[in-house]
Amino acid sequence: MGLFDLFRQNKKTSANKAKERLQILIAHERVNRDGPDYLPQLRHDIMQAIRKYVSIDDDQVKVQIEKGRGYDVLELNVTLPDD
Amino acid sequence: MSKVIVVTSGKGGVGKTTTSAAFATGLASKGYKTVVIDFDVGLRNLDLIMGVERRVVYDFVNVINGESGLKQSLIKDKRVDNLYILPASQTRDKDALTAKGVESVINELKQEGFEYIVCDSPAGIEKGAFMALYFADEAIVVTNPEVSSVRDSDRILGILQSKSKKAEEGGSVKEHLLITRYSPQRVNDGEMLSVEDILDILAIPLLGVIPESEAVLQASNQGNPVILETKSTAGQAYDDVVSRFLGETIEHRFLDVEKQGFFKRLFG
Repeated sequence: MGLFDLFRQNKKTSANKAKERLQILIAHERVNRDGPDYLPQLRHDIMQAIRKYVSIDDDQVKVQIEKGRGYDVLELNVTLPDD
Repeated sequence: MSKVIVVTSGKGGVGKTTTSAAFATGLASKGYKTVVIDFDVGLRNLDLIMGVERRVVYDFVNVINGESGLKQSLIKDKRVDNLYILPASQTRDKDALTAKGVESVINELKQEGFEYIVCDSPAGIEKGAFMALYFADEAIVVTNPEVSSVRDSDRILGILQSKSKKAEEGGSVKEHLLITRYSPQRVNDGEMLSVEDILDILAIPLLGVIPESEAVLQASNQGNPVILETKSTAGQAYDDVVSRFLGETIEHRFLDVEKQGFFKRLFG
């Protein structure tokens, strides 16, 4: 390895960027793909329940299921509007 | 026992047909009775890559519709014994492939004693691609070291794991990763995803790596499966792939930049 290569190691290569982007994207796509069929209905019902108390937009509720080892986690993320 | 193997990828242009032709030719060269079927209805090209385009009389859809018999529709390869090609139809009717029809052709091929039935999938995730993978026992997922190809491969893996016949019956299709158009130099320079990067993301067993090679285009120009170009790196890499598929343990080759000799380094 030459002297210049030593310096280059510190710089983020485009291949590193490609891998990072793919890991994030594919993790996200797999969650949606592996989700159970009832997920959209569950999301809808949760929205209805929250709307009884506060007014929120559709995109302010994120529902997803994370697969763990031997268990699944239902992740619910609600962004409440500022008063 | 016969095995149905789909060669698939999601993305187009990554080397499915090149791989199907090379892989089927390799299996037949090793003595296995093999047929390779083109599932790309409307855009058939396997016949051209195999160099049998002028010998096509009947096709896959003719057999499904009962317009021709299976035996008279199979094209026997003239270079390699035990190798047969079933070309796709050029019809524009995308519904020409039915699950029932495909299943009956595959069953008849099994009865005829074919040991390996290689299904060359079209690109995309529509009917043709779905039909090609539905009856598969094993899948070779062809991937280029490039973001869109890796993403589409992951998508296809999801479909194999949920929509194939094996998956519906509670089993699973055996998955193999085949990386094509690999350039060790560009990987070294940080310009291309490495084998390890792709394995980290897709997490399926690696069947082989085919290096970027001029021989692939030269072989297709002549209608010769590239595996028959035994002097080329791509041909040798495909030969390793076939041996590995058949259970041999063979180290992966052509993953590193060729070591340059003293004179080459000196004089460039």
